[in-house]
Amino acid sequence: MAMVSSPRGGPYALPFRSPPVDQVYVEERAVALGKRSIKKETKVAGLRLAVRMMDLTTLEGKDSPGKVRSLCAKALRPLDTDPTIGPVGAVCVYPNMVPVAVEALKGSGVHVASVATAFPSGLSPLPIKLEDVRRAVDFGADEIDMVIDRGAMLSGEYARVYDEIAQTKEACGAAHLKVILETGELGTYDTVRHASDIAMAAGADFIKTSTGKITPAATPAVTLVMLEAIRDFFYATGRRIGMKPAGGIRTAKQALHYLVIVKETLGDAWLTPDLFRFGASTLLNDVLMQLEKERTGAYQGQDYFSKD
Amino acid sequence: MNSELDATPAASLAVATQAELQTPAPTERRRLRVQKTYKMFAGGQFIRSESGRYFQVTDVSGATTGEAENIPLASRKDGRDAVKIAHGAWAGWSGKTAYNRGQILYRLGEVMEARAAELAHDLHRSLGLSGDLARAEVEASIDRVLSFAGWSDKFQALLCSSNPVAGPHFNFSVPEPMGVVATLAPRRPSLLGLVSAILPALVAGNTCVVLASEEDPRTALSFCECVATSDVPAGVLNVLTGKASEVAPHLARHQEVAALDLWTEDDALARQLEELAVGTVKRVRRRTPSTIDFSSSSLESLATIERFVEMKTVWHPVGV
Amino acid sequence: MSMTHDPPKAAVPALDFGAAWTYAPAPEATDHVKIKPRHELFIDGSWQAPRSGRYFDSISPSSEAKLTEVAEASEADVDAAVSAARRAYEQVWSRMKPLERGKYIYRIARRIQEKARELAVAESLDGGKPIKESRDVDIPLAAAHFFYYAGWADKLDHAFPGSNPRPLGVAGQVIPWNFPLLMAAWKIAPALACGNTVVLKPAETTPLTALMLAEIFREVDLPPGVVNIITGAGATGAALVRHPGVDKVAFTGSTAVGKQIQKSLAGSRKKLTLELGGKAANIVFADAPIDQAIEGIIGGIFFNQGHVCCAGSRLLVEESVHDLVVRKLKDRMATLRLGDPLDKNTDVGAINSRMQLEKIRELVAAGEQEGAERFSAPCPLPPRGFWFPPTIFTNVSLSHRIAREEIFGPVLSILTFRTPEEALEKANNTFYGLSAGIWTDKGAKLFWMANRLRAGVVWGNTYNKFDPTSPFGGYKESGFGREGGKAGLLPYLEVNG
Repeated sequence: MAMVSSPRGGPYALPFRSPPVDQVYVEERAVALGKRSIKKETKVAGLRLAVRMMDLTTLEGKDSPGKVRSLCAKALRPLDTDPTIGPVGAVCVYPNMVPVAVEALKGSGVHVASVATAFPSGLSPLPIKLEDVRRAVDFGADEIDMVIDRGAMLSGEYARVYDEIAQTKEACGAAHLKVILETGELGTYDTVRHASDIAMAAGADFIKTSTGKITPAATPAVTLVMLEAIRDFFYATGRRIGMKPAGGIRTAKQALHYLVIVKETLGDAWLTPDLFRFGASTLLNDVLMQLEKERTGAYQGQDYFSKD
Repeated sequence: MNSELDATPAASLAVATQAELQTPAPTERRRLRVQKTYKMFAGGQFIRSESGRYFQVTDVSGATTGEAENIPLASRKDGRDAVKIAHGAWAGWSGKTAYNRGQILYRLGEVMEARAAELAHDLHRSLGLSGDLARAEVEASIDRVLSFAGWSDKFQALLCSSNPVAGPHFNFSVPEPMGVVATLAPRRPSLLGLVSAILPALVAGNTCVVLASEEDPRTALSFCECVATSDVPAGVLNVLTGKASEVAPHLARHQEVAALDLWTEDDALARQLEELAVGTVKRVRRRTPSTIDFSSSSLESLATIERFVEMKTVWHPVGV
Repeated sequence: MSMTHDPPKAAVPALDFGAAWTYAPAPEATDHVKIKPRHELFIDGSWQAPRSGRYFDSISPSSEAKLTEVAEASEADVDAAVSAARRAYEQVWSRMKPLERGKYIYRIARRIQEKARELAVAESLDGGKPIKESRDVDIPLAAAHFFYYAGWADKLDHAFPGSNPRPLGVAGQVIPWNFPLLMAAWKIAPALACGNTVVLKPAETTPLTALMLAEIFREVDLPPGVVNIITGAGATGAALVRHPGVDKVAFTGSTAVGKQIQKSLAGSRKKLTLELGGKAANIVFADAPIDQAIEGIIGGIFFNQGHVCCAGSRLLVEESVHDLVVRKLKDRMATLRLGDPLDKNTDVGAINSRMQLEKIRELVAAGEQEGAERFSAPCPLPPRGFWFPPTIFTNVSLSHRIAREEIFGPVLSILTFRTPEEALEKANNTFYGLSAGIWTDKGAKLFWMANRLRAGVVWGNTYNKFDPTSPFGGYKESGFGREGGKAGLLPYLEVNG
């Protein structure tokens, strides 16, 4: 792999070559971490943390102000019977829905994340993608979830991938930048690792697995690969980059598995919504059901939890 | 075999006499025969014992009946030197392609065929084998060499395996040579026994230090001349002559010997060598020549080679 | 780490594997496991009191509590067991249709699967290994081994065509304490499939699961005498291998004891298989998938507390990535959880015995004395039981004892190399030859190394993988003969040629 150099330059030098990733062993390790037995107080603490790490997401063509307001209400008070649970980390919407979310979440500390850069494909001219970002930030989004140009990544135009991220970062201003790699389209863990390295070098605050529009989305193994990239970046620079697995995480058990992976790969510092988020639309209720099960001892029914 | 031996001295004598008749007529000036100095074979060279010692073997048949010849009496140090040479030759021999090793061993067969009369003559005068029997043993030996030459690039395919492990791994086992094999060659048959003992080890890529038949060291040394004039690399086969009981214990203890191949009737010696082999956990193979039918094709079987290989198993993940 | 330590250098950012989200204890339930207070000898299909009249205690190394007492077999008991095996061989087992033999072995495999949970608990109690290993590795592999060899029973002619394969008779087998049930399976399954009968002696510190296996033999109606299990220490094992009624000896254990056995068998013409010690090189090239290599190094040396003959106990790292690898290893070691073997989250269990713990301590002290630099995982050790923290040594030279001797504990010696030739030379510079690991992304280099490493098992970009279909065994002083796969049949057969 060639050294990527940007005409504009970036804040950090890319590694000369991203290290290879062995598929079998990384998947084995991810499975092994899933075998941690998380019980009782550990489970409750983990699930409460998972709620606060959630980017509650709606990214549908039929999204409307009413839907977004309802989602924001859930974000602020996930469980009507227990005010100590939540709020979630952020609400994630399309740019046009940002003003609604900003209004609904005002003063709560819950972040408003917007997808941008011609989400989900990213296949629009760069100026349009950058304008997409600027508008979302103008609307009040304080987190931008961009997509990389996977076609560029797969055809070896690494400098272009780097540049687009660097320019997007510039367009974000004070907003945090999450870079979606869309790992389900990258084909190999090697490419995921390479894209992670490029994104971090180009200025990403978070790296994120998926748009949620492609299968496979987040998996424990691909998340582990990205966390290992974050670890190497931290070793080299001392900077802590955040991680956001998104898509396909539906159960409390899965969420705890991810938390174990984070804990045992990057340690305590990353066990915070500032550095780890779940991108999910249906995960929250399962987590709440498990929390209530732990509290009451009774298995819970879906009708007792609001489906916002 | 012994009974046949006893039954045939007259016939063999007759053959030898025929041979003598083909020499210049008695009326002409009789030419003095040039005697051969028998030497051991190590590192591709014919050497005397470093000790300067020798022992005598006497011709039991033919025109030279009663003649004694000096044979080097190998010492402990000859054994040590031979192991060093064999160890040094091992990387080259085992590193050759199997096809190449096969061709070299085939070449050995060719050279033996060309020297068949000489080998038969040695058997005749050393052990008293009749001409027919001697020739038969030489022919069987040549054929055995050819059979093993053919095994060179085939046994691997029969001994190896692709192992269907329950997981995302490619796993296979392959035979590899052991290293230096120290061989106590059968006393009898001195040539066919020698060939039967060493070819399985050699074809598998091992190098050998052999203690030749004490009873008939000469045929073994003539065989070495075939080896020397074929393309067998120096040091691959090293043949010492002398007393097994003197040299073999040092081979059994030598740390660079990987395996012992003991073709002997001597239980006490075998036991001693097996005990000494423990020092480096040598592989010990034991055969009792008197119980073996050397004409049997089972001595050309895959199992004979399997005795001189290590199985190596390699794992690798299958992924992208 | 203690607060009194110097703060880390400002330039080096450090990961913190602290107490932000700790795992609550998750002990495996033990109420379904009934351990008899006393175990007799399993001879001729029944439990027999030892003719010696003596018993010894089996304790749990994690608590030092007595688990049960076990009969000590004397020479007379050994003789009774060998005689029973001989009768069973001559009258029953060698005459049985091969497929029928196979059916018994299949039954054994199935019963082990059914009892997997209790066998796993017993294994962890008796030997100290983490329940996740006995549950996910030892017991499933033991069942798989019987299942695999069951199928060979009627196919031996296909394995060795034209060689008229035939059984040897009575096999005397002596196994170690590191994988008690799994080693019993490795020994018994191929012996039975090939038509031999067995007298097996488990290690004196870990007899429990072999005795539970004997109970399984009764449950599956295995004919009396086909497998006999006798308990005892070294003297019992020595009596077994020397017994004139034994035709075949198979031993797994230390090279020192293996040599004693080989010597005691000299001149006997008994067939012998030895699976002995190792000092495997685990070789990491700069172009390796480093993060996966770290997992392979960790698993290679800390799996089963390093009580593994094929443990990757010598790490050879390409000099250019040495610092990175060591740093990652230390971070990874900080996440290892040492403690109660029955806790499902335990990664490193108890050292098997006090004697073994002392041996580990002695060699570690030698490493420190010889100038190697020690780092031990910052995990607290329980107050009772035998424990040693996962430990690595840097600055190790080939001449150090910790680079040459088998420690058989959770202790890794790290050396460096610069070129593949140097890696190969260092890897092969040992009188052992059981296993090796190679980590590189370059296929040609991997096979170049694999071809030249003098070791019976070579793991490329993986480590410590085992499977019944995969032959296992050593070169050089690591022993001879293979276990597993087709090659694992040969030690239990006579063949023509």
